[in-house]
Amino acid sequence: MRPILTSESTLLNPAKISVEGVSKSFPVNDSKILALDEISLSVKEGEFLCLVGPSGCGKSTLLNLIAGLETPEKGKILIDGEPIQGPGRDRLVMFQESALFPWLDVLGNVMFGLSQKPELSKNEKLSIARYYIKKVGLDHFEHANIHELSGGMKQRAALARSLAPNPRILLMDEPFAALDALTREQIYSDIQRIWAARQKTIIFVTHNVREAVCLGDRVLLFTPRPGQICKSFDVNLPRPRDFNSLEIAPVSVTITNSLRHIMQGTTEET
Amino acid sequence: MKRLIIPGIFIFSCLTAWEILALEEIIPVIFLPAPSKIFSYICAISADGTLFNASWITCKRLFMGYLLSACFGIPLGILNAQFPILQRVFGWLVLGLQTLPSVCWVPLSLLWFGQTETSLLFVVIMGSLWSIIIATETGIRSVPPLYIRAAHTMGSNGIHTWIFVLIPASFPFIVSGLKQGWAFSWRSLMAAEIFVPILSGFGLGQLLHYGRELNAMDQVLAIIFVLILIGILSDKLLFSPFEKFIHHRWGTDRK
Repeated sequence: MRPILTSESTLLNPAKISVEGVSKSFPVNDSKILALDEISLSVKEGEFLCLVGPSGCGKSTLLNLIAGLETPEKGKILIDGEPIQGPGRDRLVMFQESALFPWLDVLGNVMFGLSQKPELSKNEKLSIARYYIKKVGLDHFEHANIHELSGGMKQRAALARSLAPNPRILLMDEPFAALDALTREQIYSDIQRIWAARQKTIIFVTHNVREAVCLGDRVLLFTPRPGQICKSFDVNLPRPRDFNSLEIAPVSVTITNSLRHIMQGTTEET
Repeated sequence: MKRLIIPGIFIFSCLTAWEILALEEIIPVIFLPAPSKIFSYICAISADGTLFNASWITCKRLFMGYLLSACFGIPLGILNAQFPILQRVFGWLVLGLQTLPSVCWVPLSLLWFGQTETSLLFVVIMGSLWSIIIATETGIRSVPPLYIRAAHTMGSNGIHTWIFVLIPASFPFIVSGLKQGWAFSWRSLMAAEIFVPILSGFGLGQLLHYGRELNAMDQVLAIIFVLILIGILSDKLLFSPFEKFIHHRWGTDRK
């Protein structure tokens, strides 16, 4: 029997994303805070990787670096062996807030993601957009204005917008943190279904350990100041996983304990 | 229909009171002519085509000046927002010129361009250009950076981001700037028409000016009435549809 939890990850497939010795710091009141300190990790093609850690540990920074929205001070980030050059539509980002455009309706927003695909005709774009809008359960809200949507519907629309261009990599920065529990659990199963169907590589940032265990193939624990990866857990539970299932609980307890241990360690040091 | 009854009654009683005051000569006619006299003046100039001609000429000048202001103002506002150096160098100048009443340009304009249409146009542009620049720039600067980041990750950049993200995102600011610019053009044009005697066409401002010269207050009031009417109409026709769209889309209307 395969162990449910292993602390060493074994990489069989070639790396889709590899981060090599990346450092990044931010200026704060004339001094610098090291957000990421020599981070290295690699993500397999089709892997669902969750980054977990307390706030301010640099996990969002890492996501922005992989997205190409920021540039590392040291080290490099490779996608399929090629160094990244700024943002690209092979790597879509889903932000904590929906970042939907208020001047467009739901359909217009999803179409925006497709606007940079000249190889598709207008009709193809429309049918792709409608397909994903239906997939996230917003088919009756195609022409709704953004301000008319609830928080959960906004994140669903944002999800449809990120999925429509069919990016190979999806970077998600605590996208469901602001949603109520029921909506969130519904979206967990949606996202597992879509991920399984389209085989995307997903990096998912969260501070909710249970969420990470429910979604991830692998969970990386981050520690703050300076941001470093301190532990890696492989989660070998069968899919689709239910957020409330009993199998998830012991795994997340193990990770939470480990996180607590690390946090105590860092506070003792300082 | 019901909504119109109370304001209708109010306006009618005001006009009646005014009419009685004027007819009984409680207020000297020279100060405030009766509404009936103003009305008959409007009828007279409508009948002989003076009103239509003057309105046409005025509106043509207004549109020309305003369109030029908008055509230059929006791109200049965008440039100012894009290049902080431009903002640092010209920001205070634009702000200063925006606060300057455009009628101050009349003497210079007369000297530079003479008694020509260009002279009027110059005053109108000086009146409205600056507020359009400032509104566009403010609009672009207040676009949440998150929208731009989101657009970048979806593969949008350069011109595409400008046209499909930054400009539409600042649409509410641009429309309110255009509306303000319109009001300023209108004011400037009236000032210019009253102060610049010009032979290439009699606008409403000039009609008003001659009313003053002839001490014909019925003419002055009649023109003021027409000016107010044009003001209301242009606001309703030109800007209301855009404002309605914005309120609807952005969810800023209070219901």
